[in-house]
Amino acid sequence: MKSAVIVFPGSNCDRDAAVALKNTTGRSPTMVWHNDNELPKVDLIVVPGGFSYGDYLRAGAMAGNSPVMREVVAHAKSGTPVLGICNGFQVLTETGLLPGALIRNAGLTFVCKSVSLSVETTNSIFTTGYDKSNLITIPIAHHDGNYFASNDTLELLENEDRIAFRYSSDNPNGSQRNIAGILNEERNVLGMMPHPERAVDAQHGSTDGITMFATLTEQLA
Amino acid sequence: MVETPIITDELIAEHGFTKDEYKTVLAIMGRVPSFTELGIFSVMWSEHCSYKSSKKWLKTLPTDGPQVIQGPGENAGVVDIGDGKAAIFKIESHNHPSFIEPYQGAATGVGGILRDVFTMGARPVANLNALRFGSPNHPKTRHLISGVVGGIGGYGNCIGVPTIGGEVNFHPAYNGNILVNAMTVGLADTDKIFYSAAAGNGNAVVYVGSKTGRDGIHGATMASAEFSDDSEEKRPTVQVGDPFTEKLLLEACLELMATDAIVAIQDMGAAGLTSSSVEMASKGGVGVELDLDLVPARETAMTAYELMLSESQERMLMVLKPNSEKMAQAIFDKWELDFAIIGKITDTGNLVLKMHGEIMADIPVDPLVENAPEYDRPWEKTPEAPKIQARELSPPENLEDVLLELISTPDSASKRWIWEQYDHMVMADTVAGPGGDSAVVRVHGTNRGLAVTTDCTPRYCAAAPETGGRQAAAEAWRNLTAVGAKPLALTNNLNFGNPERPVIMGQVVGCIAGISDAGRVLDFPVVSGNVSLYNETNGEAILPTPVIGGVGLIDNLDRTANCAFKAEGDTIILIGDTTGWLGASLYLREVEGREVGAPPPVDLTTERKNGDFVRYLISDGQIDTCHDISDGGLLLALAEMAIAGEIGANIKSPEIDIPLFAWAFGEDQARYVITSKQSEAILGSAKSVGISAAVIGTVGGSALTLGDSISISVLDLANRHRSWLPNYMANAGE
Repeated sequence: MKSAVIVFPGSNCDRDAAVALKNTTGRSPTMVWHNDNELPKVDLIVVPGGFSYGDYLRAGAMAGNSPVMREVVAHAKSGTPVLGICNGFQVLTETGLLPGALIRNAGLTFVCKSVSLSVETTNSIFTTGYDKSNLITIPIAHHDGNYFASNDTLELLENEDRIAFRYSSDNPNGSQRNIAGILNEERNVLGMMPHPERAVDAQHGSTDGITMFATLTEQLA
Repeated sequence: MVETPIITDELIAEHGFTKDEYKTVLAIMGRVPSFTELGIFSVMWSEHCSYKSSKKWLKTLPTDGPQVIQGPGENAGVVDIGDGKAAIFKIESHNHPSFIEPYQGAATGVGGILRDVFTMGARPVANLNALRFGSPNHPKTRHLISGVVGGIGGYGNCIGVPTIGGEVNFHPAYNGNILVNAMTVGLADTDKIFYSAAAGNGNAVVYVGSKTGRDGIHGATMASAEFSDDSEEKRPTVQVGDPFTEKLLLEACLELMATDAIVAIQDMGAAGLTSSSVEMASKGGVGVELDLDLVPARETAMTAYELMLSESQERMLMVLKPNSEKMAQAIFDKWELDFAIIGKITDTGNLVLKMHGEIMADIPVDPLVENAPEYDRPWEKTPEAPKIQARELSPPENLEDVLLELISTPDSASKRWIWEQYDHMVMADTVAGPGGDSAVVRVHGTNRGLAVTTDCTPRYCAAAPETGGRQAAAEAWRNLTAVGAKPLALTNNLNFGNPERPVIMGQVVGCIAGISDAGRVLDFPVVSGNVSLYNETNGEAILPTPVIGGVGLIDNLDRTANCAFKAEGDTIILIGDTTGWLGASLYLREVEGREVGAPPPVDLTTERKNGDFVRYLISDGQIDTCHDISDGGLLLALAEMAIAGEIGANIKSPEIDIPLFAWAFGEDQARYVITSKQSEAILGSAKSVGISAAVIGTVGGSALTLGDSISISVLDLANRHRSWLPNYMANAGE
C-alpha cells in the first residue's frame, strides 16, 4: 500500500502517523508539504493531527483552504481513501468533505486521555477489521473535538450508517450523540478525533489502532 | 529620531546599579556610557543573567562524570546515553511573569526552555513542570492555577512535545510569588551537538525567527527584584508566546542543523539580543558588529535600546560558515520565518552596535562579562530545628481518618485534572505518563527509555536547608531508580527569596551544600540549572525551593517497573529502615496543623545501597512493581499503589516499639515498597548485601487493611484522592 501524509506548518502528529504506517504496513508514506500543488498517486491519504497554521482563525480553517487540500479533495472525490485524525478531521470538515464542525470542548479545556470507543459500523475500508461487539481503546488529545451538526445531518449520518465511532462511556468533549468519527457518503473518507496512531504498539498501552492500519493495508495492497 | 535620555543618577538607579557597580561600568568604558550601553550593562549584570549572588556557591556543585558531555555554562546540559545519542536538558523558572500574567508567563517559560534545548541540536522529547501555588484558600490561587496550566498546555500541546511529568505543591508562602519551573529534555546525536561560542572573523551573524517588538523589555531586571502591591503594573514586561512560530523555528533549526552550516547558535531568551550576542562573543573570544537597522522589527521607530533589550519570543541568533547563507535562507523561507544577516564577527573583542549610520554602543565584551559583579553575600546558618519524638505526640484517634485526609490533601491529591490538559502522548513514545514516580519516554526507534522527574520538599528545606537540598536530589534519584532507570545527571532550579537578607542567603548556601553532597555520593552530577532569587512580596519570602530535575536511562524497556499493585497474592516488601520520623512531615502539617521539627536525615550511603539494590532487582527482571516512599510515609505509598493497581492489600500489624501512626506516616528516607512472588529469594539477597528488607503484607482484596486499625475500600481511597482538585477548581464562585 502506498500512502501519503500531508504536512502543514504546525502539524505535529505527522511523524507519529508515518511511523504507525511504516510499522503496520511495512512501507514508509510519502510526506507531502502543504505548498505542493501535486499529490503523488497513492492508495491512502492521511491528514494528521496537530495545530495546522497554529489553529489561527479556527482549528483547521486555514489548512482547509491550502493548495494541497484542493488536491486531497480531488483525490477523495475520485475514490482515494482519506483518513483525517484530530486536526485532520477538523480540516476535512472545513473542506466540506465531511459534514458538521468540531467546536470547543464542552469542558472548555484541552483533554488528553485514553477513551473507550464503540465501533458503530464495520461497513468501511477503515473499520471492516473491527468486531462491532467489542469496545476499543484509543487516546484523544484535543481542545476542539466537540462534534456539532444540524439535526438533519445527524439523522442522515445515523440513517446512512456513517457514524464510525462513538465514545462508549464518558463523552469527553460534549459531542452530539457521542460521535467520535464519521464517514462521508461514499464511505472513503473517515474523520475521527481519537488518535489510532497512538495505539499501535504494546508500549502505548493499547494496540487497538493496528487493526485499522492492517485492514487498510490488506485491502489496498 | 527619539531623543536619547541623559545619564543621571536617577536613571542609573532605575537600571538597578549600585554605586560601586556603576563605578565599574565607568572604569570599563573609560567614559560615561550611552543610554543603550547602560541598558546592556544593566541586563547583563542583573541577578538573572549574572548569577552575582549565587555564583560563588554554584561553583561548589559537582558537575563531572564519565557520562557528562557538557556541564553548566551552555544553553543546557548534555549527557551521553550510549549508541551515539545524548540527552540534553535543563530546567528554568518563569516565576515573576507567571504571577503577573499566568497564561503568557507560563507559556513563554515553556517556550524558552524548549529553545534552550533545541538550540543545542536536540529534538525536545519531554516537558515537565514543577509548580508551587499559594494556599488553596487564597483568592488568587484558582485563577493562577487555571492560567498557568492553560499556558503550559497551550504551548506544549501546540508545539507537539509531550508534557509528561512534574509536581504541584501549595503553601501560603507562595501566595504572592508562585513558582513555575519548566524543564525540557531532548535527544541529539553526540556528533551533532551545537554550542554558542562564535568564531571566524567576518562570518555572518544571522537573526532568525519572529520579529522584534517592544514586549518584555527589562524582563530580566524584573526577575531580579522583589514584588510589591503594584506588581500588576509590570504586566507590560511579560512577553507573549506563539507556539506555532516556535514549532516552525524548531523544524527550521533542526533542518539547518542537519547540514554543516552553523558555527554557533544561541537562543534569544532573557535579555534577548543583548545576552545572545554578548554570550556568543564572550565564549568565542571574538567581537561582534551588528547593524540594528537590519533587525526585523515588529513595530516602527524602535530605538537601539529597545531592540537590544526586547524579550520578544521565538528568536535565535547564529553564526554561519562562509557561503552557506543562501542555503540557510532557503530553509527559513520554506518555514516562512524571518531570516536576516544583521552583522558579522570581528577581531576587535568589542560589541559594536550601529544604527542610522551612528555608533550606538561600543563595549569591550570581556570586561562586560568577566568583570560582572560577584558577591559573597553575608549569610546566616538556619537554626537547627528540634527533633520531634513520636512518643511525645498524642496519637490520632482514628488512623482511617488520617489516611483519608492525607491521600486527599492538596499536596498529595491526584493532579489528573492538570495533566489531562497536557498532551502527554504526542510523539507516540510515552511509555509511562504523568502520575508515577518518574515518567518514561522511549528513545525513538529503540527499546531504550529516558526516565524523568522533578522533585523538591520545600518544608524540609525551610526546616534544615542542607538536609532539604540533599533530600531533593536523593528523592529525584530514588524516583528514577523506582522505575528501573540508572540516574545520569540532574538540572536544578534554585528558587529563593531576597539574597541580600542573610537568612535567605543561608538557605541558598545550605541547599546547595546538600545538593553537592548528594550529587557526589550518588554519582548524580549537576549539568545545568537556573537560579531565581528575590521571590518575595512585601518582604514575605517563599519557602526555599531548590527543585531537582532528574534524568535516568533505562537500557531495556522490557525491564522496568511502576507503582501499581499487580496481582492477588503478591508479597509486599518494605526496603529500608523505619524509625517513624515525623519531624517536618505531611502528617504533622495536615493533621496537627504544625510545621515543626527537623526533617528526616538523609544517609546518602544507605540511599545509594538501597537504590542500587532495587534497580538491580528491576533490571534483573525479578520485580516490576516499585514505589518510593516520600510525603505521607509508608501508608500513603501503599494507598497510591492500591489506587494505581485497582486492587487492595492486607498489611500486618508490625511488631515494633514505635507508635503505629509514626510507623505508618513517618517519612524516613531511602525506602521503597516492592512486590514479588519470590519474596524469599529477594529477602535472601537483601540480607547477603546488608540491606534492610521485610515482608509487610500481601496484595489482594478490594480494600487496604492494616491489622485491625484500617480497612478502607480502594474505591473510596481513589475517589478521595481524585476528587479534591477537580472539586476545588469547579468551585470558582466560593
